[in-house]
Amino acid sequence: MIYEVSPLAIAVFAAFVALTLGISFYMGRSATSSAGYFAAHGQIPWFVNGVAFAGDYLSAASFLGICGMIAFYGYDGFLYSIGYLAGWIVALFVVAEPMRRLGRYTFADALNYKFQSRGIRIIAGVSTLAVSVFYLIPQMVGAGVLVQPLLGLPHWAGVVLVGVVVILIVVTAGMVSTTWVQFLKGALLVIFSAVLSMIVLNRGLEANPTTETATLRTLGPLPANDNDEGPSLSSTRSALPDLEGEEVLQPTGGWDGTPFLRTRVTATGRINVWLPRQASDGLHYLDECQVVTQAADGKTLVAGLPRGTGEGEATLLPVGSIDRLPEGETKTGPLGPLEFFRTVGGSEVRLWRNQRVDEADGGVSTVYYPQPTSGDKILRPGEHPAFAGIRGGSWFDRLNFLSLMLALFGGTASLPHILIRYYTVKDEAAARKSTIVGIACIGFFYVLTLYLGLGAMTSGAMDVTDSNMAAPLLARSVSETLFAVISAIAFTTVLGTVSGLILASAGAVTHDLIDSFRSEPLADDKKVAVAKIASVVVGVIAVALGILFKGMNVSYLVGWAFSVAASANLPALVMLLFWPRVTKQGIIASVAVGMVSSLTWILLSADTFSKVYGLPASDAPMPFSQPGLVTIPLSFLTLVVVSLMTPRHIESA
Amino acid sequence: MAGRNARLGLVLFTVYAVFYAAFVLVNAFAADWMDAKPLAGLNAAVLSGFGLIVLALVLALFYGVTASSAPSDMQNGEGR
Repeated sequence: MIYEVSPLAIAVFAAFVALTLGISFYMGRSATSSAGYFAAHGQIPWFVNGVAFAGDYLSAASFLGICGMIAFYGYDGFLYSIGYLAGWIVALFVVAEPMRRLGRYTFADALNYKFQSRGIRIIAGVSTLAVSVFYLIPQMVGAGVLVQPLLGLPHWAGVVLVGVVVILIVVTAGMVSTTWVQFLKGALLVIFSAVLSMIVLNRGLEANPTTETATLRTLGPLPANDNDEGPSLSSTRSALPDLEGEEVLQPTGGWDGTPFLRTRVTATGRINVWLPRQASDGLHYLDECQVVTQAADGKTLVAGLPRGTGEGEATLLPVGSIDRLPEGETKTGPLGPLEFFRTVGGSEVRLWRNQRVDEADGGVSTVYYPQPTSGDKILRPGEHPAFAGIRGGSWFDRLNFLSLMLALFGGTASLPHILIRYYTVKDEAAARKSTIVGIACIGFFYVLTLYLGLGAMTSGAMDVTDSNMAAPLLARSVSETLFAVISAIAFTTVLGTVSGLILASAGAVTHDLIDSFRSEPLADDKKVAVAKIASVVVGVIAVALGILFKGMNVSYLVGWAFSVAASANLPALVMLLFWPRVTKQGIIASVAVGMVSSLTWILLSADTFSKVYGLPASDAPMPFSQPGLVTIPLSFLTLVVVSLMTPRHIESA
Repeated sequence: MAGRNARLGLVLFTVYAVFYAAFVLVNAFAADWMDAKPLAGLNAAVLSGFGLIVLALVLALFYGVTASSAPSDMQNGEGR
């Protein structure tokens, strides 16, 4: 059983939520004005703001998504770490100080500082909302994923719980409480990730830890006759050697033509699935797989039995093991930070992949099967399906990779909830220093992701069905207490990021959109009240979308937000700072074209066709899925062309 | 202050962008190069990945030390 509701985890989780809310209510008195509510009066100390940057930025996608991707595919997840951190270089060297100098509450302030244009304010407000909502969806989905095993609650309850807590945080004290929650969360996340990484190094690596081999079997080497027949032996045999009490099933439905072999335990009716493998010594083996079936009547079955731990039920088993360590060692003992990579590189690790199989009765099974993989392959790019194209794929696969890395590079400095954090410090120097602190915290954390991910990969504690849980389950392989703390931190990770996003959205609605449609701006006290209402509305929308998008890949959705942000916001911001000829029409056109083109591209991409619409990926009209490589230059080009076609802005005295 | 910092920022940004672009282009078009083990038994993928993260931190610290500060900086509550 991978997940059990733990009273300790619930207690730690409740303590974190109580602490978070306590901070919010305590800080509530400082948020009565717009300056207090949206920008914490610009009085947040730069160091606190820097750590809060980490708390704001290191979202569920970073902690859960990247660690999970590394745990399942190795180095490819680390590419996200590199890209996400690189984005902070743009933030520090290009955006940080001008943002603080030019704006007050929102991204639109900076964009509009010399034009005072209603059009810029509206389009920047819409863009902020679009990016924030795209970013909110994966956070809420992540919250549901996390709470489900932790508290034993259904997905929707987790999403609602996050929604309620975040709305309370944002409504009570706006940016003040949000900042301190993010500071707390950022500090805890980095500290406990470091602790967990040190535990991974100190524990070292072990070949075939008992957690896995005791439960998932390998049969073989098979007799010579079977070796010749290889994968087809199921069609000629009714029983396998060393497998008493299990009969071989003839392939039916979608099983016919797959390499898998199925057996039924005659006493219990349990269905076991096996995958033939030829080892490096030339002999054949059968590795036990795991199978989950969505039956035609809607029930979920594990190994053909109802999911559960009772009699006549079955549950998935934890995975993650090393088949072979370098030089035939069985256990390494404590490893140094570099020695860890050398050892993983020289090992053979059992990764897990999956394949969908249509059952003859209309149900759908997913087979999770082991794939022994050389450590050298794990520590290089190209193992994940999304990145496999860089090794021998088409030009479009390579362009897709370039496009993703460009969006990660340009997206960070265009995310509205990151940009508004520049208004919470006193001046440009503080903005600069807080960004440097943010880079130090975030960079350190991203270095740790490789240790955490590879540690989870070899921990014997992973859930084959859910890569997002790799980091918390790594903690569980150490101790229940650490699992409770890491899970609670992961939950506050979601709280911190969602708070920032809702605040950015509320600012855009109140300050950019509502004010633009009125003859004169809202009074200060009314503005705060409207922002609180907007926070509740955005929070409720986020909850609804979080429930609606259940099951969507978290990292994939975050990629949308980065692409839209980089396409819509970055060109306008950069050109405003470095090109005197820019006009308000150029900025409006650039943001609009960047936003619409990137959204359109995403909605017509192969990824969206297959993962969202359920249509064949080959039907998608776009040549590759990531839009940034086309839409970011398009947005730049639009800005230049429109600016040159419209009258130059004349500064008023 | 703003103009000097902006110029310095652009130079440092360009330095990092060149290394990042080289990393991305090698991964996209010559991924096999990442298998080479030039140093300490570690492959180029791990070395260059960590190298980019460390380079970001070094450039950020260099910028922090070199960039000009406004007079109000000293009133921001920080001590150094």
